[in-house]
Amino acid sequence: MADSTWVPSLAASASTATDAPRHTALVRVTHWLTAACCFALLVSGVEILISHPRFYWGEAGNALTPALFHLPIPASRAAVPTGYGYVLPDQNGWSRSLHFQSAWAAVFTGLLYFLVGLFTRHFSKHLFPAGSDLTWGALSKAIAGHLCFKTPPESEARSYNVLQRLAYLGVIFVLFPLMIWTGLDMSPAFASAFPAAVKIFGGQQSARTIHFFGTLLLLLFLLVHVAMVYLTGFRNRMRAMVTGRAGESKGDL
Amino acid sequence: MSNLSRRKLIRTGLAATAGASGLAVAARLADRYGLIPPDHGGMYGPGETLTYASQRLLTRHSLAREFPSSQISKPPFANPTAPLSETFKRLQAGGFADWRLAVDGQVARPATLSLAELKRYPSRSQITHLACEEGWSYIAEWTGVPLAHVLDVVGVLPQGRYVVYFSIEPDWWDSIDMADALHPQTLLAYGLNGSELAVGNGGPLRMRVPRQLGYKNVKFITHLTVTDDLKRFGKGLGSGSPEAGYHWYAGI
Repeated sequence: MADSTWVPSLAASASTATDAPRHTALVRVTHWLTAACCFALLVSGVEILISHPRFYWGEAGNALTPALFHLPIPASRAAVPTGYGYVLPDQNGWSRSLHFQSAWAAVFTGLLYFLVGLFTRHFSKHLFPAGSDLTWGALSKAIAGHLCFKTPPESEARSYNVLQRLAYLGVIFVLFPLMIWTGLDMSPAFASAFPAAVKIFGGQQSARTIHFFGTLLLLLFLLVHVAMVYLTGFRNRMRAMVTGRAGESKGDL
Repeated sequence: MSNLSRRKLIRTGLAATAGASGLAVAARLADRYGLIPPDHGGMYGPGETLTYASQRLLTRHSLAREFPSSQISKPPFANPTAPLSETFKRLQAGGFADWRLAVDGQVARPATLSLAELKRYPSRSQITHLACEEGWSYIAEWTGVPLAHVLDVVGVLPQGRYVVYFSIEPDWWDSIDMADALHPQTLLAYGLNGSELAVGNGGPLRMRVPRQLGYKNVKFITHLTVTDDLKRFGKGLGSGSPEAGYHWYAGI
């Protein structure tokens, strides 16, 4: 398949497309590696967060300085005021170790995905939306279709629609790099070598706060992602991401 | 077909051999250049080793950010410590006149130094950020003698690779590599925000390693040892922190 001018609707109806895997091996392997890393990062991140569920803006912040906001949850350390009369068990040791190890695994997975993706033109073939899809009219039509839970046309089982493309591009090229960047900003050694990378966010505590909001956005993406997989045929979508075979559409469930 | 699979087999075998020997060479090189942390074993060893090695390659000589005095955190912060020992209280009652810092191990001239002697050495003041692994932080001005100067006075032997430091309080110790020990901003601190370093902040003498997290900044220092082998201390993991599940290297 050396079709350099790839048009989603045409490729979907072409008979050769049905024999090709819905997702390449690269996408399937890196998808599940990333999912495992994100799960480990989320669990360990929550554990680290509850040792100090207060957030600040700027360079420094602690229990004696005013918080930007705080989460109404108990903490795993006694030194932080929470309003609760008890302290949760402290799990920071393994949480930090798991967090950094899964961050490394996620970075290597991301590099593999990015480099092989560039080489196989994965991004231009499957992710960059067509120019005609980016007009206000096309976008609002796609959004309206989603909001009305319209059953997508058959062709969409074989290619991403414009909203999917934008969501995936946003997560891959904006949110993930932002999480790595703000995560590194909290490192005193990294900050010593690359002070400008911290300054751009207004300080190390600002970076921590942005890291938290990045997590919320990733969680929102995950929620919608899983909901859409469920709504459009859980078994087929899972099979496509595991074996690569797209299978029949929702009807065979 | 059999020809093809044989070629495939040979290619896979060659790739695996090249990969394995490449890893072995990388490990040997990494060890020679001090890129392998003492707690490189275990389930989380790979992550710790990657972090330490990459940060050592990128940050060996980088300077911790210093801030204007207007950014010093108000009110000043002190992390609560466990109740202090009788030994400490006795020295405190005497105004720490009898506080001693012993420096030994792989040094040419082992020494025992009083606070007055330490304060006669060249001092350095710097306004830096101290972050706890929990997430909070504060900015303060630390004054002290650069650890590099004390190491220069006692003469570190060529084989010395780490400085192990001990608190007067039991089981409180840690260690740093020479990149951090000889770093100009690593201080044996005795002053904070223009006054004597208060007991609540680790006075009379605290290790201040501004390129690592708070827990490497051990309070109430009485003993330094230079060594080439951290296996001889505690459980051999470089500090008490890995024994509690924390990484030895706290640059992140």
